Amino acid sequence: MTEARRPAAAGSPGRIFWRQFRRNPLALAGGVLLALFYALALLAPFVAPYPQDELDRSRFYHPPQALHWKDAGGRLHLRPFVYATVPGPGTFEYREDRSREVPLRFFVRGSRYRLLGLVPSERHLFGVDPPARVDLLGTDPAGRDELSRLLFGAQVSLTVGLVGILISFTLGLLLGGVSGYLGGWVDGLIMRSSEVLLSIPGLYLIIALRSAFPASLPSWQVYLAIVAILALIGWAGLARVIRGMVLSIRRSDYVTAAEALGMSRTRIIVRHVLPNTLSFVIVAATVSVPGYILGEVFLSFLGVGVQEPSASWGNMLQQARSLTVLTDFPWLLYAPGVAIFLTVMAFNFLGDGLRDALDPRRLGAGRAG
Amino acid sequence: MPEPLLEVRDLIKHFPIRRGLFGREAGQVRAVDGVSFDVRQGEVLGLVGESGCGKTTTGRCILRLIEPDSGTVRFDGRDITRLPRRELRPLRRQMQVIFQDPYSSLNPRLTVGSMLGEALAIHGLARGAKARTRVAELLDLVGLSPDHARRYPHEFSGGQRQRIGVARALAVEPRLIVADEPVSALDVSIQAQIVNLLQELQRKMGLTYLFVAHDLSVVEHISDRVAVMVLGRIVELAGAEALYRAPRHPYTLSLLSAIPVPDPERRRSRIVLKGDVPSPAHPPTGCHFHPRCPIARERCSREEPALREVAPGHVSACHFAEELAEPGVLTRAPAVASQAPPVPPG
Repeated sequence: MTEARRPAAAGSPGRIFWRQFRRNPLALAGGVLLALFYALALLAPFVAPYPQDELDRSRFYHPPQALHWKDAGGRLHLRPFVYATVPGPGTFEYREDRSREVPLRFFVRGSRYRLLGLVPSERHLFGVDPPARVDLLGTDPAGRDELSRLLFGAQVSLTVGLVGILISFTLGLLLGGVSGYLGGWVDGLIMRSSEVLLSIPGLYLIIALRSAFPASLPSWQVYLAIVAILALIGWAGLARVIRGMVLSIRRSDYVTAAEALGMSRTRIIVRHVLPNTLSFVIVAATVSVPGYILGEVFLSFLGVGVQEPSASWGNMLQQARSLTVLTDFPWLLYAPGVAIFLTVMAFNFLGDGLRDALDPRRLGAGRAG
Repeated sequence: MPEPLLEVRDLIKHFPIRRGLFGREAGQVRAVDGVSFDVRQGEVLGLVGESGCGKTTTGRCILRLIEPDSGTVRFDGRDITRLPRRELRPLRRQMQVIFQDPYSSLNPRLTVGSMLGEALAIHGLARGAKARTRVAELLDLVGLSPDHARRYPHEFSGGQRQRIGVARALAVEPRLIVADEPVSALDVSIQAQIVNLLQELQRKMGLTYLFVAHDLSVVEHISDRVAVMVLGRIVELAGAEALYRAPRHPYTLSLLSAIPVPDPERRRSRIVLKGDVPSPAHPPTGCHFHPRCPIARERCSREEPALREVAPGHVSACHFAEELAEPGVLTRAPAVASQAPPVPPG
């Protein structure tokens, strides 16, 4: 605390944050992986070789096809290829025909789509010459390409978390902030409502809320319904924490100083109170995204989520719920399962990294330093 | 005698103690229990007392950062106790505060420049390039460098942060500054620097201070007059010189004896108070100081002493204030007063 001692950290909060964050390889990896996933979801129609609902009646439950560089004769190929398959001997069994190599082609023409909903195109990242098909992750019970469905499903499953957070955090910040700043009966009302919400077991609440919407809806409406349901449940916990933070920040000397300077209440909240909850909000948002993703999985698993033929990771996983599937067609579990697992882990690692890097004590709010 | 800039009359603030499910009021903490004093234009009034005696609450009530229960605060002849918020705002510019804790009093998310700039903007004092010049001036004024404006509070030491706090208070060109224990959280070596800075600023700019502290040594050099508080009440108020030379309240005497003397040769008589500080929720009957007072008599627990003038410009709330003028009165009470061992050298 002496004047001679040099302060430990220098620079704006942003620079300190980055310096800390860089040191955490897991968090960095999580961030990079998520960036990749979101990019893939955004470019799904381009990256996916087929539309999500295109089915091939000759290829139900087709196992994943391996990419080869070396053919049966031991010759190396410049571009990877897959072997064509023929059905048999049993149902849903396929044999590789080692004599027929189907080379993978890049930037091929395929089905038409609009990239980002705007740019019309028919180019796909990769594909094979029809009538052959390539299913790198196998096909589902309806003969649809699992990889394509995974990519299109990511559009639903990855954004459900972001949109959900947008809604629930807006609610949570607003209600928590008002509750903490105003106090009194407003505080009582908001906090008791949040307690009621928190005291109902989550799963039943989700199902009960889902039942408030018609059972069959167009898929985008189901999507909105899911987001709304999850967000309506999600705000309560957040609002309580924000209220606590606002209560403590409100009593801090720098808020008193702002009052003494004659600052208006709105300005105090916007300039002094809310920015100081920011690190918590960013971290809380990051670690609560998986909850939304899993919520969508849960609803779709019950069959009340995103409806076929639209893909979501939840309704893909739903196809993998029988024992037969798990033993005979395990890729139906692996594809969405690994995607969900990686996403959830990535969000958690990223959240942990953000928490460490945004630690307010490192920003000098406390006495440390 | 110059007009008082600040007149405080019968200021009372009791905090309710709430218990149970429905917040039933179970009692009251009498933080400020009828405090009156004046601060004259250009004067420094030291306000001294132990932890929990209500000195900080008094300061905050004067600034209307806490709403007092009753009593009046007149600033520049105008009663501000019942002014609505809107009308209070322009007056805020004239009364500022410096806080005890240099760590919690600066918003960690704002640079020093934007913090000071904000203060200027609220009252429309300066904007844009003019504001930047003014910020540089302010930093220079408190002994910091103008390029510190781009830095964040965590990049500064405690003493530097306190200088930033002073600069923020000065930004709006106030007439009165309530300095709420501005050096208590700092190292001893830094304390003197900050007190000297405040004194220099006061002389240069003709400021008026209410300087709150918990020991008499800190306010000795800066104060013109000193008020001593015990449990929500002022027990003695006098010119600094008179108070230090001839205190007329046993509590003041004990505070003075607690000031360390940096001379190992000198034997000092220390008055060590016995017992704990009574709770402001249950203040003692009669004189609030009587349970710990070395010269307390039966009357003290029965009768509440009023503040009365015991010498010109010197008020004390002790029934036996006159006796204190006789030398050695405290050492005659051997039960409590003790001879402290000499401070070991080094």
